[in-house]
Amino acid sequence: MVAKTIAGKTVEVNEEGFMINPNEWTEEIAVEIAKEEGIPELTAEHWKIINFCRQSAGASGKAPTLRQITVGTGVSTKELFALFPKGPAKKVARIAGLGKPEGCV
Amino acid sequence: MKKLVILGAGTAGTIVANRFKRVMDLDEWQITLVDPDPIHYYQPGFLFIPFGMYTRKDVIKPKRDYISAPLTLIQSAVEEVDPVQRLVRLANKQSLSYDYLIIATGTDIHPEETPGMAEHEWGKSIHSFYTLDTSLKLNQMLHNWEGGRLVVNVVENPIKCPVAPLEFIMLADWHFHKHGKRDRVEIIYATPLPGAFTKPVASRLLGELLERKNIQVEADFMIERVEPDAKKIVSYDEREIEYDLLVTVPLNKGAEFVARSGLGNELNYVPVDQYTLRSKAYDNIFVLGDASDAPASKAGATAHFAIDLFTENFLRYVEGHELKPYFDGHANCFIETGFGKGLMIDFNYEQEPLPGRYPLPGIGPLTLLEESEFNHWGKLMFRWMYWHLLLKGMEVPLPSEMSMSGKRLV
Ligand SMILES: Cc1cc2nc3c(=O)[nH]c(=O)nc-3n(C[C@H](O)[C@H](O)[C@H](O)COP(=O)(O)OP(=O)(O)OC[C@H]3O[C@@H](n4cnc5c(N)ncnc54)[C@H](O)[C@@H]3O)c2cc1C
Repeated sequence: MVAKTIAGKTVEVNEEGFMINPNEWTEEIAVEIAKEEGIPELTAEHWKIINFCRQSAGASGKAPTLRQITVGTGVSTKELFALFPKGPAKKVARIAGLGKPEGCV
Repeated sequence: MKKLVILGAGTAGTIVANRFKRVMDLDEWQITLVDPDPIHYYQPGFLFIPFGMYTRKDVIKPKRDYISAPLTLIQSAVEEVDPVQRLVRLANKQSLSYDYLIIATGTDIHPEETPGMAEHEWGKSIHSFYTLDTSLKLNQMLHNWEGGRLVVNVVENPIKCPVAPLEFIMLADWHFHKHGKRDRVEIIYATPLPGAFTKPVASRLLGELLERKNIQVEADFMIERVEPDAKKIVSYDEREIEYDLLVTVPLNKGAEFVARSGLGNELNYVPVDQYTLRSKAYDNIFVLGDASDAPASKAGATAHFAIDLFTENFLRYVEGHELKPYFDGHANCFIETGFGKGLMIDFNYEQEPLPGRYPLPGIGPLTLLEESEFNHWGKLMFRWMYWHLLLKGMEVPLPSEMSMSGKRLV
């Protein structure tokens, strides 16, 4: 666990750069982490997915898996890969200030 | 009479029924199992069939050998559960009422969910080893194969036995060496994970092992489709990998009736409390083995550890006591690494696999995350334990909860 300053706020992150406490998250932080992930600008489409993940985690406390995101938002896997290249579920979880998605044990 | 109905008589269903048979008062309890398939499969053995190390007869036995009076086994498929009326409807039109229900219908492969996979090349240039039939077909294929590029792909996680694809690859490497073909075979592992395995330390150590064996890992590969005529797989981010032989672990999903009964998540797994394995929706439904959404490894060993603890907790629960959070997600797996060796991993919900010794700290004889011949023999011996001890519900001398002693922090 290390402390890291993102968008002027000091938050705790784990070794893989996922935030520990989702309550420390702000929209400004999301914008900064997105840049680190190679996404220069968050569009309305990005926010739709980020907000879904925040809501879904609120209920279960866990970041949703890729399949849960596609089922829950109606956005196709293909589009998700275009929005969050490479590992969309992992990437959006980081940007949304959530832990790494489970489903791979 | 109180009625307990167990759906599925595979690994978990059979073990728990035989445990109950030993410890429950069967004048008070009526226990009924339901399963359409009269054969019990030793699924870990499917891994060895493609390489001729096991044959069909090594991995099958009649279910009747393991389920006898006063247990009842009905040979039919579950069509639907009505959790409000506490009724199970079967394909043979029978209805069963229950006081308590255990869902143990496992998970199965669905190659038809990936476009291009289960079409005209299925069983020809596209194979699997996750069922008895597919592993037998792959055995024939490998027998005649002259070499080329072998691509092993996992479609999506979770899958049962998450280490099986790695073991398959390392056994294939050994097999081709033995038959003097290794220089004519290229091996690629295309996985949706960011590395060889899920947890960091194991992923690194296993990744190094694959590299030494000259096996290429294509990480973060989420397959979108197979192009069976062009013989290539294509990922969602447009990466393409050509193959001569594709060995796939298709999408794993729970049984269809789970969805039909409104009991499942998006992959037909039943949501449960991960520490008690009780359904989140109904307090008289429990889910054992692969059928639940608990974030534990979907493995026979996990089911066995959970059932060890479940049995006594269930008996207390039906007497009116609170359920304790008894299950820590404990899993351990032998991993075949080829050339007569194997390694082992031991982990739970919180603790990732680490190197060390098991089950006796400092002594072993099994080595964790390190190759040894003993581990390989352990895995082969396990088949005997499975048929003769585990399925019959007998105690196996291994602790059910994970222990940190004997493990090295790295
Ligand atoms: C290739 C391979 C290698 C493996 N290696 C290992 C290993 O080394 N170590 C390990 O611990 N685990 C291993 N496993 C995993 C292990 O086999 C499973 O985790 C274990 O069998 C799960 O038990 P289960 O009872 O949940 O499901 P299963 O044993 O699969 O049983 C499910 C049962 O439900 C029945 N069923 C399905 N649908 C219905 C229905 N509608 N109505 C009624 N019944 C139904 C089925 O017929 C079946 O009998 C391996 C699996 C595979 C495929």
